[in-house]
Amino acid sequence: MSNVYLAIVLAPLAGAIIAGVFGGAISRAGSHWVTIGGVAISCLLSALVYKHHVIDAAPDFNGVVYTWMVSGGLSFEIGFLIDRLSALMMLVVTFVSLMVHIYTIGYMHDDPGYKRFFSYISLFTFSMLMLVMSNNFLQLFFGWEAVGLVSYLLIGFWYTRESAIFANLKAFLVNRVGDFGFLLGIAAIVMHFNSLDYATVFGAAADKKDLTIQVFSGVDWSVITLICLLLFVGAMGKSAQVPLHVWLPDSMEGPTPISALIHAATMVTAGIFMVARMSPLFEWSETALNVVLFIGATTAFFMGLVGIVQNDIKRVVAYSTLSQLGYMTVALGASAYAVGIFHLMTHAFFKALLFLAAGSVIIAMHHKQDIREMGGLRKYMRWTWITALLGSLALIGTPGFSGFFSKDAIIEAVKHSDLPMSGYAYWMVLIGVFVTALYSFRMYFLVFHGKERMDAHTREHLHESPAVVTIPLVMLAIPSVLIGWFYVGDMAFGDFFGTAIFVRPEHDVLGELSRDYHGAWAMVMHSFYTAPFWLALAGVSVAFVFYMLRPQWSDAVRRHFSALYTLLDRKYWADELYQNVFAAFGRWFGHLLWNVGDVRVIDGAIVNGSARGVGKVASMVRHVQTGYLYHYAFAMFIGLLGLIAIFVFLRLG
Amino acid sequence: MIALSDYLILGAVLFCLSIAGVFLNRKNVIILLMSIELMLLAVNMNFIAFSHYLGDTAGQVFVFFILTVAAAEAAIGLAILVVLFRNRRTINVDDLDALKG
Repeated sequence: MSNVYLAIVLAPLAGAIIAGVFGGAISRAGSHWVTIGGVAISCLLSALVYKHHVIDAAPDFNGVVYTWMVSGGLSFEIGFLIDRLSALMMLVVTFVSLMVHIYTIGYMHDDPGYKRFFSYISLFTFSMLMLVMSNNFLQLFFGWEAVGLVSYLLIGFWYTRESAIFANLKAFLVNRVGDFGFLLGIAAIVMHFNSLDYATVFGAAADKKDLTIQVFSGVDWSVITLICLLLFVGAMGKSAQVPLHVWLPDSMEGPTPISALIHAATMVTAGIFMVARMSPLFEWSETALNVVLFIGATTAFFMGLVGIVQNDIKRVVAYSTLSQLGYMTVALGASAYAVGIFHLMTHAFFKALLFLAAGSVIIAMHHKQDIREMGGLRKYMRWTWITALLGSLALIGTPGFSGFFSKDAIIEAVKHSDLPMSGYAYWMVLIGVFVTALYSFRMYFLVFHGKERMDAHTREHLHESPAVVTIPLVMLAIPSVLIGWFYVGDMAFGDFFGTAIFVRPEHDVLGELSRDYHGAWAMVMHSFYTAPFWLALAGVSVAFVFYMLRPQWSDAVRRHFSALYTLLDRKYWADELYQNVFAAFGRWFGHLLWNVGDVRVIDGAIVNGSARGVGKVASMVRHVQTGYLYHYAFAMFIGLLGLIAIFVFLRLG
Repeated sequence: MIALSDYLILGAVLFCLSIAGVFLNRKNVIILLMSIELMLLAVNMNFIAFSHYLGDTAGQVFVFFILTVAAAEAAIGLAILVVLFRNRRTINVDDLDALKG
């Protein structure tokens, strides 16, 4: 199987290289065929691996492909760990990636950077696969940074736009903050476990649970807690959790297929995947789990609120992504890793679908993105409308749709968790359901229903997008609706992940829940008696009243709660805070180093200063050189006398 | 009997004279050369005095060599002087300050 794993990783890389480096030699169609071919091979083989490991229940594969170097007992390797968790992730990643590749043919049709785009997204697929298939921390970090790089390149894909360059720099810098924590976490692992290999580290985790370390003198920290918190800082950066969330909304400057693939379905879930993979470490630290719960719950609720007041269609979906990532993080914090991954999977499908549908709307609207200028698109874009509706229903957790199963399981899991933070988290995710329904259907009604508010020129040209756009929509809509039915029993309440995820018995909320689980149908039926369903219904109703029946009410509400509105519209002033405090401090400090350190000290004092000093001394000393022989002779004699005097005094004195 | 110290005093006097010649002479480079020769002679005087006093002829052998080399050196010095005069039309020491910084 090892060759198959290699082929899965290398096929997209080959596509990326051919389209990127040799793009001049092939046509535009050639570049999309070669990359789609690479990703399709990867997707088919991933399906094969999935069948092999999950359906046929083959034993896990954990092997080294290449040893880069061995240094001080620490080996740096490239290796694959293929168990049920990575097999599932591979399938999700390659499937969504394939859909996005196909969709891109339509979306980027007239773009001059066509080949470059295909090269980047194939490179992304390669990086993401390296990340999920890794069996050691080094390769995980490689994949982690590589997806970050491709994300940077793609946010700034239209590099002549100033806002795109600002956004990609912002994404890069905010991710550096997270990655710094991540790297420190890996360093702490190497320090205490002396290994980069997952199996070794996880195997030794239980023995190290009482180990403490003094980070600041006098305060004892549990090593495991420290490692987990540092790793989670990395996850906060990559998965855009508060307070490192600010880059994700801005990343919408990139082309829409990228928002779907990287900033909704796959890369931003890398943090979730990583924490689930590290469950054998996180399980030993109550503190870390509490922090994870708190951060996730805060993100889930407060970012959802911001989504209500956004007017850019992609930004609404972006804030929705933030909120849903918060839900996944909450699941991780409640030790319901399996449900976190389950929500990751369902979310990958319906959120990619929503983004691609938004992209389809944007194509029809001639790249206008303001939902206040849309409306009534239902008549013009049948396929986009129906798939977007299905995606929204899945997102708000309508009973029976995929999002319902995963989100309900998260809420139930948090309810059963015993951690101190779980009470806060429970209320946040519960009210979050209402918020989710409100912003989702606000966008849905504003875009697809109501008055047609676009200008006459745009309206004349409204038409459904081509088949390369709508087919991926349909292909994603199918799992968005149905996949929950097939997986909820196994994944959320069964033993789908086997040994890939470790949960201590006292944290096993899913085990508790599974006793009350009587099949998917019973779960759907039961949901009609629970709060989340009614909250979602309330959200949809409020959206319906405010944006369909009484549009003037929303203005009235905005006027009455102008303080709250401003707070949300300014996104809690997080951007302003970072730009005026951290970024301004960074710039000030940089200027200081530049003006004082570089210009004055290094250039001024050391480089030019030494030259000037030599010149000054020389200009004084040169007057000694009179050119008269007798002065030189005099100097020689004085010198000789001096030497003799020293000699005599030393010898005789 | 002439004591060793008398020879040494003679050598020192000759040496001091030559130094004075180097310092005080501002007119003529030839006098400079002569002063330098005189310096060597002062040294030679010391050599011979010590050689005799210690009964070791090595010092006298040295003197022969020094005299020979000094003669050659004087010849070269004079040749340089001739060339110098040709170029500068002067041998006045005060005018020869091409090395002034």
